[in-house]
Amino acid sequence: MKRLMSGNAAAGEAAVLAGCTCYFGYPITPQNELTEYMAKRIPEIGGVFIQSESEIAAINMVLGASVAGARAMTSSSGPGISLKQEGISYLAADELPAVILNMVRGGPGMGNISPAQSDYLQATRGGGHGDYRTIVLAPSSVQEIADLMPLAFDLAEKYRNPVVVLGDGMLGQMMEPVSFDHITRGETYPKDYILTGAKGRASRMVRSLLFDVKEEEEHNWKLSRKYQRIEQNEVRYETYLIEDAKMVVVAYGTSARIAKGAIARLRQENLKVGMIRPVTLWPFPAKIIQEAAKQIPDFFVFEMSAGQLIEDVRLALEGKGHVHFYGRPGGIIPTPVELYRIISRHYYQAERSRKS
Amino acid sequence: MLIRTIFSGFGGQGVLSMGYTLATTAMLEGKHVTYFPSYGVEVRGGTANCTVAVSDEEIASPVASEPEFVVAMNQPSFARFQSLLQSGGLIFVNSSIVDVSSTRGDIEVVAVPTSELAEKLGTIKVANMVMLGAFIRLSNIISFDFMTTNLSQILGEGKSKLIKMNKDALELGFNYIKE
Repeated sequence: MKRLMSGNAAAGEAAVLAGCTCYFGYPITPQNELTEYMAKRIPEIGGVFIQSESEIAAINMVLGASVAGARAMTSSSGPGISLKQEGISYLAADELPAVILNMVRGGPGMGNISPAQSDYLQATRGGGHGDYRTIVLAPSSVQEIADLMPLAFDLAEKYRNPVVVLGDGMLGQMMEPVSFDHITRGETYPKDYILTGAKGRASRMVRSLLFDVKEEEEHNWKLSRKYQRIEQNEVRYETYLIEDAKMVVVAYGTSARIAKGAIARLRQENLKVGMIRPVTLWPFPAKIIQEAAKQIPDFFVFEMSAGQLIEDVRLALEGKGHVHFYGRPGGIIPTPVELYRIISRHYYQAERSRKS
Repeated sequence: MLIRTIFSGFGGQGVLSMGYTLATTAMLEGKHVTYFPSYGVEVRGGTANCTVAVSDEEIASPVASEPEFVVAMNQPSFARFQSLLQSGGLIFVNSSIVDVSSTRGDIEVVAVPTSELAEKLGTIKVANMVMLGAFIRLSNIISFDFMTTNLSQILGEGKSKLIKMNKDALELGFNYIKE
């Protein structure tokens, strides 16, 4: 059965169905409906809901719940996510699973409350201090938010690493029909690291303070090998009409659905434009972009920022192909018609320069 | 077919619930639908609006830069949103409190005295549903019969005592246009 729900509420329901029993958060627009939803829903399953005194407290509560073995999450937007970075770095260092949802708003600084995609680099480069990565999932509809929440919890436990779900104000606030019929608690992973009291077994220690530089280096290489495994195994993306494409749009989340609208118009005029939509922003789907570059000369990066995703596209292309760009930072939601006009101009220019 | 409507008015006039009711009905009819509210700095007594997009296909953006329909329940919304309307579009205006004289020449105004009509039912609280009935009559986005038949499911359990009142209000608005 389908329900009309906001992305924020759908994220909460899917998280609970995926086995999340602990939610900790501090209010910030545009993700408050998630906190509101969890305040009602988490007590129904006998879990723990706390509206904390700050974002920093919330992420450390997540760490505490995680080290005790619970499926725990927090959520916020831009400024609040910045505050959580210390805790996320600790979670990564301690190799603890956690899910952090960011409904991105216009920034930097206090910014505004409108949808933006300007936290891409923060999310995909770790975000806090030290040599670490977070897995980043980027849904583009309310249904996909629901679909990705169980995956977020599974990946977090499978790799014992924080997972970021990166949405934006539009995905959080917008309501769409969503079905939860297929959403269940995923895999069960061995939890031989959690702190449950050492009765009848040797004591365990979870810490990130490693004064011995050799030990710290070995820990860093261990994390690094884990990130390599994630890069090998967990890349997810969607391709759309790339078989005959002369130009491929690379876009994620909200901008990908706007791009789909633009591509529908472009195709009506027989402009051969397709799309690669990264679903995991880290690990980034570099291989499919490299593959596409063998046939397709032009790549068009579209994002609601001044240019962040474009760095990963350039890295993936390794100098091959031409990279075009259109960005709208600051909380603007571009329209499909606007994007259609820009891509169309770039398409004809690229065609002319290929001929000359 | 992609039809986008902006519902607008004072906070408290039931503007968001008009949009939500339309969106829920469209969903139950099996259509693609998005509902996008204005959010954040809204306050009771301030202005509120939401955009509902209904389509047979996947909807790219829930934002409407040039909507097919506008519903304006107060004067500031009428001024603000009539300029966005597509040429040839329809603007439904709450003529009980809105002066409709300053209108673009290329759009059609549908004046609905929602307060007066709602008072016939004994409460001004259903003025939004009167407007929604009139809106459905002329916009044809969803089936009116389907909506009234499934009203308890659409409005949800919390509103179960108010089904008849809402249905009467919808029919009043629908028939006001018919006449």
